[in-house]
Amino acid sequence: MKAALITFPGSNRERDMRMALTKANGGKAPLDVWHGDSDLPKDIDLIVLPGGFSYGDYLRCGAMAANSPIMREVKKRADAGVRVLAVCNGFQIACETGLLPGALMTNAGLQFICREVNLRIETTASEFTKKYRKGQTIRVPVAHHDGNYTLDADSVKRLEDEDRIAFRYADPLGKVAPETNLNGSVGNIAGIYNAKKTVLGLMPHPENATDPVCGGMDGYGLFESIAESLS
Amino acid sequence: MKERQQTMKARVHVSLKNGVLDPQGRAIGQALHSLGFADVGEVRQGKLIELELTGALASKPKAEIEAAVKDMAQKLLANMVIENYSVELVG
Repeated sequence: MKAALITFPGSNRERDMRMALTKANGGKAPLDVWHGDSDLPKDIDLIVLPGGFSYGDYLRCGAMAANSPIMREVKKRADAGVRVLAVCNGFQIACETGLLPGALMTNAGLQFICREVNLRIETTASEFTKKYRKGQTIRVPVAHHDGNYTLDADSVKRLEDEDRIAFRYADPLGKVAPETNLNGSVGNIAGIYNAKKTVLGLMPHPENATDPVCGGMDGYGLFESIAESLS
Repeated sequence: MKERQQTMKARVHVSLKNGVLDPQGRAIGQALHSLGFADVGEVRQGKLIELELTGALASKPKAEIEAAVKDMAQKLLANMVIENYSVELVG
């Protein structure tokens, strides 16, 4: 698998992401790409948008990054079917770019939330989650202020009908309820796919649960799934 | 005599669409209530973005300027999934 990892001014999870990708990809590190670049190598299989606070979250989270030179190329590649993994600020950027539907608003409780959460795997019919079991609960960290996923009811229904909801905030047993809703997201949604299931966006940080001595291994299945699918 | 360069200001008001919950607005409303302003109903928080327009655009007819600013609002200043905007030309 040949992965490209995009770094924006204000990204801060690109190192963690690089470690997770390298580990799952047999020691092969992703290519580092800077926001000001306007081109990607032809043979890239996966583009990763990491977490952070690109451009200081000015205007809206992800709005500035969505208009940076590299995102024009990312959009073009994504439209051509190249896989995209967009985590946290990357998810916000993907929504602002129109790669994924909806928007991420300020958490309903107005607080920055930094802790571990339980996610229920909503579908395994995807290159990103095939190593998990459907309905399985995984424990991974979140760290965000604007993770309140917002989308109109008809579009949410469409995501459900098309099996495009990747993860929901749940309790440790996988029960999804209003009290397990971390941040006000519609339907407890923590991650979604585009129509072709080639783009995954999620607020939690699976890359920070890929080492037993540091946060557990629950997020590693995602990277194993991607590496296996694209190698 | 040097020609005075024409400038114009545009104000873009960005607000959340009806039906989109505004937790910040709600918190402001609660704070106003706790200060004793009991007669405040729903509070919605938005943004005001002021643009100075220069060059060729500033000397165009108002309708064209407004169309250009609307284009800016839709492409960047507002997120049309959750926000509305209105444009006001000043000066």
